[in-house]
Amino acid sequence: EKFPGRKVWPSSTDEALTPYQDITRYNNFYEFGTKKGDPAKHAGSLITDPWSVIIDGAVEKPGTYTLEDILKPHDFEERIYRLRCVEAWSMVVPWVGFQLGDLLKRFNPTSKAKYVAFTTLNDPEQMPGLKLPFSSIEWPYVEGLRIDEAMNPLAFIGVGLYGKAMPPQNGAPLRLVVPWKYGFKSIKSIVKITLVDKEPPTTWNKSAPNEYGFYSNVNPNVSHPRWSQKRERRLPSSLFNPNYVETQLFNGYAEQVAHLYKGMDLAKYY
Amino acid sequence: MELIKKLKPIWFLLALSPAVYLVYLIVTDGLGPDPAKTVVEFLGTWALRLLWVTLSLTPLKLITGSGQFIAIRRMMGLYAFFYASLHLAAYLVFMLGLRWSNLWEDILERPYITVGFAAWLVLLPLAVTSTNKMIRRLGKKWKQLHKGVYLAACLVILHFIWLAKSNLLEPIIYLTILILLFALRLIKQTAKTKPVVAND
Repeated sequence: EKFPGRKVWPSSTDEALTPYQDITRYNNFYEFGTKKGDPAKHAGSLITDPWSVIIDGAVEKPGTYTLEDILKPHDFEERIYRLRCVEAWSMVVPWVGFQLGDLLKRFNPTSKAKYVAFTTLNDPEQMPGLKLPFSSIEWPYVEGLRIDEAMNPLAFIGVGLYGKAMPPQNGAPLRLVVPWKYGFKSIKSIVKITLVDKEPPTTWNKSAPNEYGFYSNVNPNVSHPRWSQKRERRLPSSLFNPNYVETQLFNGYAEQVAHLYKGMDLAKYY
Repeated sequence: MELIKKLKPIWFLLALSPAVYLVYLIVTDGLGPDPAKTVVEFLGTWALRLLWVTLSLTPLKLITGSGQFIAIRRMMGLYAFFYASLHLAAYLVFMLGLRWSNLWEDILERPYITVGFAAWLVLLPLAVTSTNKMIRRLGKKWKQLHKGVYLAACLVILHFIWLAKSNLLEPIIYLTILILLFALRLIKQTAKTKPVVAND
């Protein structure tokens, strides 16, 4: 128990939790290898202490902050969110952390802050996946949100799960959790947060722009060239009784986030 | 020493062993949280590997001068088809939950599935016509028909490259082996035909 006094979020889903061993052994974290079991095998080499995060761009208080500086003022909260991967599988995860907006506000974003850009650690010594040849991905891993998305109360910084410290394969020591978007938007092991005035580049969009857009909101009506997005396998699944559930628009969080996209053609801004 | 030919039951069991191992994983619940995907990928990988084994037997004959490799070619080819069929069936049953309409949608809309399915379609008549009876009945046409295996291999590698999301290392290894196997045939066959041309 790393977060004994954590608050309980009243809006958590009451769906069955995905067991801890599945959440921590079935990961997409290509910095540690591209197979689902690779991160659990290799992420032990990630050094999360000491850790620091650069906060810069359109903020009044830029700087390099230690992890302690980042975490200190926040009360930890447990939130059970659905996590929907673009590969058509999903989990239910009890995260521990705090609202992204609360973090950003501390550094006083200026009026030029229209987007938030995030960067993952890029160290081949700690991350064997970065040494693999023939990768179509440009490192470091980068992601981004529009400022109003980032300030939405659902946008979350995760520092733990199941009441324990965040395991390295899940993005220790701190990661983004954006439950209404496909999982790859929830960037792991963040080392830099930059507030910018233009839409920042995002890793999967650079790798395959026809497949992955900037927004990447969960949407069963927008087909993906690789996977039908109408349904998802809720993990753990079993062979003869596959645990299929219908995918919901914005992963079931439409009430909280649909207003952010009013008037936007979601098939165009996928 | 016709070891390859004499040990035919061993090759039979070896080629079967991935399927046995898969059954073991299913029975012992060793497939992880997303068993459907694991099974489909496992079967696809072995279909590819056995197709590559099949395609390596003629080059092995050309290199060693020993015809015994051909004795297990049909068996290996049928195994490749066996794993490819299980791969397709597992996709339909475990990933799509037997929703045929989803299968047609995938075949029509997702190019990597289109070429994968096409590869299976090309292999199907080869498997059907692999009996001695069919070989006799088709005569020269049989050989022509079974050249389709080269097309199938090209479709299979395209399927594999296309479905890779970012890391192309594995597909590139298999592609390199395939190119090598094709090159060996071409070199050896040209070498064989050359003296004939010279005599003309």
